[in-house]
Amino acid sequence: MIAVIDYKAGNLTSVMKALHAVGADAVVTSCPEIVMQSDKVVLPGVGHFSATSLLDKHGLRKSIEERVKSGIPFLGICVGLQWLFEGSTEAPNRPGFSAFRGRCERFGEGIKVPHVGWNSIQVKESRLLQGISSGAFVYFTHSYRAPVINETVAVTEYDFPFTAAVERDNVMGVQFHPEKSGAVGLRILENFARMQ
Amino acid sequence: MTLTKRIIACLDVRGGRVVKGVQFVDVIDAGDPAELARRHAEAGTDEIVLLDITATHEGRGTLIDTVERTAKQLFVPFTVGGGIRTLEDAAAIFDAGADKVSINSAVITKPELIDEIGSRFGAQAVIVAIDARRAKSDNDPLANAEVFVSGGRKPTGLRALDWAKEAESRGAGEILLTSMDADGTRAGFDCALTARVSEAVQIPVIASGGAGNSDHFADVLLQGKADAALAASIFHFGIANVRELKEEVAKRGVPVRLPC
Repeated sequence: MIAVIDYKAGNLTSVMKALHAVGADAVVTSCPEIVMQSDKVVLPGVGHFSATSLLDKHGLRKSIEERVKSGIPFLGICVGLQWLFEGSTEAPNRPGFSAFRGRCERFGEGIKVPHVGWNSIQVKESRLLQGISSGAFVYFTHSYRAPVINETVAVTEYDFPFTAAVERDNVMGVQFHPEKSGAVGLRILENFARMQ
Repeated sequence: MTLTKRIIACLDVRGGRVVKGVQFVDVIDAGDPAELARRHAEAGTDEIVLLDITATHEGRGTLIDTVERTAKQLFVPFTVGGGIRTLEDAAAIFDAGADKVSINSAVITKPELIDEIGSRFGAQAVIVAIDARRAKSDNDPLANAEVFVSGGRKPTGLRALDWAKEAESRGAGEILLTSMDADGTRAGFDCALTARVSEAVQIPVIASGGAGNSDHFADVLLQGKADAALAASIFHFGIANVRELKEEVAKRGVPVRLPC
């Protein structure tokens, strides 16, 4: 069972719908006990990085930490990916999960922000992105970007290159919205849902 | 890797069916919204907007049902607008499966609704729709273009440029700009007005009103500086196949999602 974590950062209907469409068994939860019983965790999220403070309040951070340490697949989406880094200038005092090095920053001046729409990705060898080729289009909507690091498995460019997907062992994140990215997005969610 | 410009299909819905008015008089039944939305997405439309034109109390239940049915098999961004007056109205639309709401008349009298929906569901979920008309007999008809409500019948006294900036500062994620002068003409978008609004804000602007052929889309995405362009009737009756439309637009040098 996939635990889709609800920490009041936007609307989870689309994520659930897409997970169900690829045949996954998924539940929405804010309960640490249910996270402990899950065999995969999805951390979605749109909106503000500061919403991640609710993860600490509800005791979810600790249960996520334990589950990730035990090796179950974890997928952060959008703000969920950003949380995997050390933090974000959007909420400088909120620590991230620090699974990956670096901090998220706002897009610069002189371009439209948020970065909204379909952009293409350049992909590296990855479990999550299996079957997805470079040049595939996915749907983004965000104002902050994560840096490109060694564990970056997909890069997108908007003004500068940034991390579109990141992966190390069982810890993964995507900046784009697979649940809104048509067949490409559903394939990525299916890859995740089938992981052991 | 370039952010592509979006081609958006708009479904005008009344009583659970897609309709298209001809000069606001004859309303033609154009089909089932769930079916049309799915077909649009498969054909390569980048985004779907469903606009409820009933806007009556008894119509709301039907709308939620329609949104639910439409969202069920739709895996591209899905916006719903029409008659959203409160945070609760918006919440019900999101629960039914919409990704964004488009708000219009209600925020003219209650602009804080933008902040409220944005802080609860994220700025990316809030589109402020602006229906504007160029100022008549004026030195600068674009700078003084006025915001209208009630389907373009009622002037508000607000300048479109000022209102767009206020919507941005209150946390709108996008602006949907409809030119009431161009709407229904199929003679092209109002590129000059769209460019003025797009330059005035940092958030993306979706152009609407006047689409008749692929050149109109290319024009508004290039000269009009729009980030996306929306049309309704030209898609429904097979006038424009979105794939061909995108290929034509791409030939003019506009980055679009192809193949899609």
